[in-house]
Amino acid sequence: MIRFDDVWLKYHHQERGPGALARDVLRGISFKIPDGGFRWLTGPSGAGKTSLLKLIYLAQHPTQGRIDIMGTHAAKISRRDAALLRRRIGVVYQDFRLLAHLSAYDNVALPMRLARRAEHQVHADVTEILRWVGLANRLGALPDELSGGEQQRVAIARAVVGRPKLLVADEPTGNLDDEQAGRLMTLITALNRLGTTVVVATHNHALVEAYPAPRLEMAEGRLTAHG
Amino acid sequence: MAKRHTDPLGLHSALEDWMLPVLVAAMSFLAALAIAGALASTTLAAQWQNDTAAALTIQVPQPGAPDAANNATRLAAVQTALQTMPGVTNPQLLSADALNHLLAPWLGTDAASLGLPLPAVITATWSGPGAGDSIAAALNKLAPGTLAQTGTQWAARVTALTGSLQTCAAAVLVIVALVGGALVALATRAGLAQRRDTIETIHGLGALDADIASRFASRATILAVTGAAAGALLALPVLLWLAMLAAPFASPIPQPGLTSGLTNGLARSLASMPPALWTAMPCLPLAAAVIGWCSAQLTVRGWLRKLV
Repeated sequence: MIRFDDVWLKYHHQERGPGALARDVLRGISFKIPDGGFRWLTGPSGAGKTSLLKLIYLAQHPTQGRIDIMGTHAAKISRRDAALLRRRIGVVYQDFRLLAHLSAYDNVALPMRLARRAEHQVHADVTEILRWVGLANRLGALPDELSGGEQQRVAIARAVVGRPKLLVADEPTGNLDDEQAGRLMTLITALNRLGTTVVVATHNHALVEAYPAPRLEMAEGRLTAHG
Repeated sequence: MAKRHTDPLGLHSALEDWMLPVLVAAMSFLAALAIAGALASTTLAAQWQNDTAAALTIQVPQPGAPDAANNATRLAAVQTALQTMPGVTNPQLLSADALNHLLAPWLGTDAASLGLPLPAVITATWSGPGAGDSIAAALNKLAPGTLAQTGTQWAARVTALTGSLQTCAAAVLVIVALVGGALVALATRAGLAQRRDTIETIHGLGALDADIASRFASRATILAVTGAAAGALLALPVLLWLAMLAAPFASPIPQPGLTSGLTNGLARSLASMPPALWTAMPCLPLAAAVIGWCSAQLTVRGWLRKLV
């Protein structure tokens, strides 16, 4: 379960000196998503969607309020436990964040190797997921050698290869054509049916309408609709 | 299948690959010189202390005058007494020529012609306790005014000098270790800055701080050990050359003919190097490994604390 309880977030302005704060990016956010739930996260640019996702995948601490991720109070876990919790969260970043010196195969294998999975298991799962996203013939390609859409598919494959308990995706279909977007949503809904909690931030209204699910709607750092 | 890449941080091309080993080599070179200096000074001081402390010099004024008991000359009485005195061995009367030679810097080459009342000088080896005051007291009863000096005071000064040299060497080693640690920390910080995005990504994927720190520390250790080994090897010829210069002070002067030729000179240099140096030199890369590992670990873990 994901639970936000009156969560506020401000970013520090380093150029204004230590302790200087910008305006509130998130204001009094409260919601719950049950285990195995699916939520669209929508709202205009600058509404705070990416900031909210960062809090969910433990890349940021809130300035105020309480966050529970998979039953764990996020502010009270040790650094080691936080790292172990992150291994159970798959993240599709808006900017992909592929490692430039690693091949598509090695980028996708990275979470499994960090979790010290056996290499034969890594090979089987990575090959399968890259085949599923249509990159079976691009295993050895470096990110620079891939198109934007291919890079996005590698990023998606990396997020789901470890069968995460929670999948967080920030505009995962932004660089994909309709067919690839459809395949991606098939994959995500399949994972969701298997018990993965899913939160997808998107501007794509057609996609939201094609795959009906409860929405978290944001505007100016506030949650304007939930459900 | 794609080639397996075991290093997600790409550290095989990180950490200023050539700069860090070169700087660590320079530190290792200085450390080798400091250690050699400390060990050599200890060895030489021990030898000098023994030689100096054991030297006993006795001056008998008016050597031809009768002694206190009026039985013999003062010189003969002192010589007889020295034969049976505990702790005194091998008393030798300095010849007139030897005395002239000693006094030449002050009195010219023929001191006797000046008509000065020169004392007789006896050298001996002293193995008794203390500074030899008891000898002077005993001899003064036979020949008033007789002086007896041992090298104890000089030995104490040599001990103090050796202590100072060892303290300096220890200070140099501490400074070298601190500078070496700082160099590794700087190189590690540069590597972290270059790979900030990569580290943030693998941190987000669930890498433990220990995983990331270990990769940097392993790389830093390899580079530090390489540099330290190179520095120690480069120091060896210099140490051999210094040992050649110091060899005459460290061992008795050998027979002419035996020292001719590079081989004999090298053999003497090797023999005169303190044995502990051969143990200390391989310790330099080990020390560099420890410093490199610890410094990189601390730097990376401190840096990672900035990440959530």
